[in-house]
Amino acid sequence: MQEKFDFIVIGGGVVGSMIARWLSRYEASVLLIEKEADIGMGCSSANTAIVHAGYDPMPGSLKAKMNVRGNPMWDQLAGELNFAFERRGDYVVAIGDEEIPLVEKLMEQGKKNGVPGMIMLNGAEVRAREKNINPEVAGALWASTGGICDPFQVTVAAAENAVMNGVKVMLNTAFLGFITEGNRIIGVRTNHGDFLARWTINSAGMYSDDVMHKAGVRPEFLIKARRGEYFVFDRADIQIDNVLFPVPSSKGKGILVTTTVHGNTVVGPTGTVIDDKEDSSTSTEGLQELADGAKKLIPGLNLKYAIATFSGLRPMGNAPTKTPGLNYNADYIIEIPEDVQGFVNLGGIESPGLTSAPAIAEMVVDLLKDAGEPLVEKKDWDPIRPARPRFRDMTHKERQLLCEMDPRFGRVICRCENVTEGEIIAEVHAPIPAITYDAIKRRTWLGTGRCQGGFDMPRVVNILARELGISPTEVTKRGHGSEYLYRPTKEVED
Amino acid sequence: MLAKNIYDVVVIGSGPGGVAAAIAAKQAGADDVLVIERDVEPGGILVQCIHNGFGLTSLKEDLPGPGYAQYYLDQAKALGVEFLLDTMVLDVTSQRKLYLSSQEHGYVDLEARALVMAMGCRERTRAQIRIPGMRPNGVFTAGTAQRWVNVEGWMPGKKFVILGSGDIGMIMARRLTFEGAKVERVLEIQSYLSGLTRNYVQCLQDYDIPLQLNYTIKRIMGKNRVEAIEAVQVDQRWNFVPGTEEIIPCDTLLLSVGLIPENELSRKAGVILDPVTGGPFVDETFQTNVPGVFAAGNVVHVYDLVDWVTEAGFGAGKGAAKFALAQKAAEQRYTPVKAGRNVRYVVPHKLDKQTLEQEEVHLQMRVTKPIEEDVWIEVHGENNSIVRRSERYVRPGEMVTVVLRPAHYAEVCKAGTLTIDIYPKSEA
Repeated sequence: MQEKFDFIVIGGGVVGSMIARWLSRYEASVLLIEKEADIGMGCSSANTAIVHAGYDPMPGSLKAKMNVRGNPMWDQLAGELNFAFERRGDYVVAIGDEEIPLVEKLMEQGKKNGVPGMIMLNGAEVRAREKNINPEVAGALWASTGGICDPFQVTVAAAENAVMNGVKVMLNTAFLGFITEGNRIIGVRTNHGDFLARWTINSAGMYSDDVMHKAGVRPEFLIKARRGEYFVFDRADIQIDNVLFPVPSSKGKGILVTTTVHGNTVVGPTGTVIDDKEDSSTSTEGLQELADGAKKLIPGLNLKYAIATFSGLRPMGNAPTKTPGLNYNADYIIEIPEDVQGFVNLGGIESPGLTSAPAIAEMVVDLLKDAGEPLVEKKDWDPIRPARPRFRDMTHKERQLLCEMDPRFGRVICRCENVTEGEIIAEVHAPIPAITYDAIKRRTWLGTGRCQGGFDMPRVVNILARELGISPTEVTKRGHGSEYLYRPTKEVED
Repeated sequence: MLAKNIYDVVVIGSGPGGVAAAIAAKQAGADDVLVIERDVEPGGILVQCIHNGFGLTSLKEDLPGPGYAQYYLDQAKALGVEFLLDTMVLDVTSQRKLYLSSQEHGYVDLEARALVMAMGCRERTRAQIRIPGMRPNGVFTAGTAQRWVNVEGWMPGKKFVILGSGDIGMIMARRLTFEGAKVERVLEIQSYLSGLTRNYVQCLQDYDIPLQLNYTIKRIMGKNRVEAIEAVQVDQRWNFVPGTEEIIPCDTLLLSVGLIPENELSRKAGVILDPVTGGPFVDETFQTNVPGVFAAGNVVHVYDLVDWVTEAGFGAGKGAAKFALAQKAAEQRYTPVKAGRNVRYVVPHKLDKQTLEQEEVHLQMRVTKPIEEDVWIEVHGENNSIVRRSERYVRPGEMVTVVLRPAHYAEVCKAGTLTIDIYPKSEA
């Protein structure tokens, strides 16, 4: 007997998790499947963590609409889901007078998109607001609605809140194909068996093209991976207080220098289009490009203080926009296709996908209602995902009280980021259990500091083994195949 | 909670520098000496350095790391040094107030009359030398791998490449070979060895592990676990030499590419660092720019031999004890003066005993309410009466004065606090 759901969401990135959370509001059974060992391991795990104001996307595109609708939803979302979010505004900086027209064009674009709260600043004003800025600065666009967030927390919190409200999440569960009845999709095949559903929602991110092709939808739609490389800096050495964009180029928004909710300065991304959807490597050329790009905005930035490099992949689609008269070929797909029944199709959700995620979830619900789906609100839906203690953000008094309540919060496991054993254990036993090192890292920020896990790694492996009741050799960094240890010492090799 | 909340000398770190500092502090006369260690056992990094070669200079003995550590730990314990293990120091102020956290004691603070920073150093990571490529599991610092193999008893791989010819890297090459792993190669970007020659001979040459100078890693391959690395030759300016690339299959890459003094706590205390060493600017007693804050061992600069770390620790500990004792003497010079029964306040609030030894001191006070009968005005310590005189009455509007004379000096010295009571003789 196959388990039957009202909705199956394919893919547990920020978009899929947000959709699951939105659907959890209604009287319906929802299953979210994720092929990796944790949610949020794809595009949602490596981005710039910015909630965009909305001046960047092409006016008239669905991308622009979702961005501008999504942005104001974040205050309530952060309040309900208890993740770090700061609406501190952002700057697009013109270095030299010749870049001023480009910034002005962006401002015009923002106005067309309906972005509120934008003003132009002159060079002196920018210098006063960011002391490290290139002295050649000629002016900047200041968008007061820009924000920064912890994108890992956002995804985890949305999915956890969905689980709290009855959604089932299955990790390590890969979509293999659809079960159909005529032109109706009635379920999915996975490596963990078949599941039936009245509706299946494609939020497969990088692989959303494969999924829709299997549904027989948009055979011409293709996703290419656009790779963005990044540098992260030690906050003890460098602190840039703002979100600074350069003027955009044909390659995208350009290389930013930005602060984060954790206080680290981040530089990136590059934007290399590649064929391999799994190739999240960094490159010598990419890191050099970052160094040059960063110095354009902040000449004094010293690469010596970089504590991490990483790269993330964005799903760049080739969908033409539906707006008549607009020639734009990288728009979002959010639709219920006409020729296939029981299928909600998403694709090409690249930047500003994080910002748009709540708006996309809202739109998916609206599409379902339009399709005649009787979505009845649950009486006991709880929008609040409670915050868990964050030792490093606490005052002396709070820390003292926390340790008195549970002494495990007194044991510091990550020396650079001050993450305690109590916090790690709480994540292992959370609504969406963190069962890998990286899952703990994304949730607690452990191992992200200047020693990059050198100190905590053996300790966390032991804690995970103990809490999960497995051998340390079975503990992984990011799922099967990424084990740390392979045998005890003093054993003879074959 | 801890038994005490003020110590003469507090040492952060129980490695060779910290333990030597604690020993020297005790020997130089400090009473309460505390060593705080974040690991569950003392000894610092020596605990995982199970190879020999320690103590050749200082002890004229060839000891393994844990043996060398134990030698000094035994001395420290015999001298009465206290240890707080499994405890992380999270914050230090320039006034030498420390905030610590542990499962056993919770989140507590304590004060140090003198502080010795002995946090050692940490290893440089992949990001700091910017090795491009994928980010699979299996890229570890040599020290992390050493902990796994020597302390935890696990093998973190089968087939290794080691980048950097630092001592820990070479020693791990031999250690892993003993444990049945294959060490494919040691790569060194410089044209010379960065560790000791004796380690090259004993750890690489003797086990036929090839060392390639002027080589580095161009990229790391593998999604979940390291599958290979691409090695490449570099010229004198560290540019890749085209055509020299070689893919070396392996499942683990160990990094032995340098150490950085760990001074984040020092910075919180206001200590200024030398950009060249990464450690504090110190004087010959290893005192930093912050009075009473000393630094010992690898936290100052990276040493080649543990023997010199111990020696530096002795120097810092001696300096710290001297500072702490002077601090204590300064504290003890003063006796607090407290308002007791029916007294609203007394000025001065504290009394310098050295002044009283030379000249008389007037204590002036006001009472809380009128007492219209014969009263005693008495200055006393915890267990002794120092001076007592009478008045026919006292009233809040009229100030009362008591005179302490050099003759009272001896009695005042017996008191921790001077208290002044004014009470009717009928109640005496």
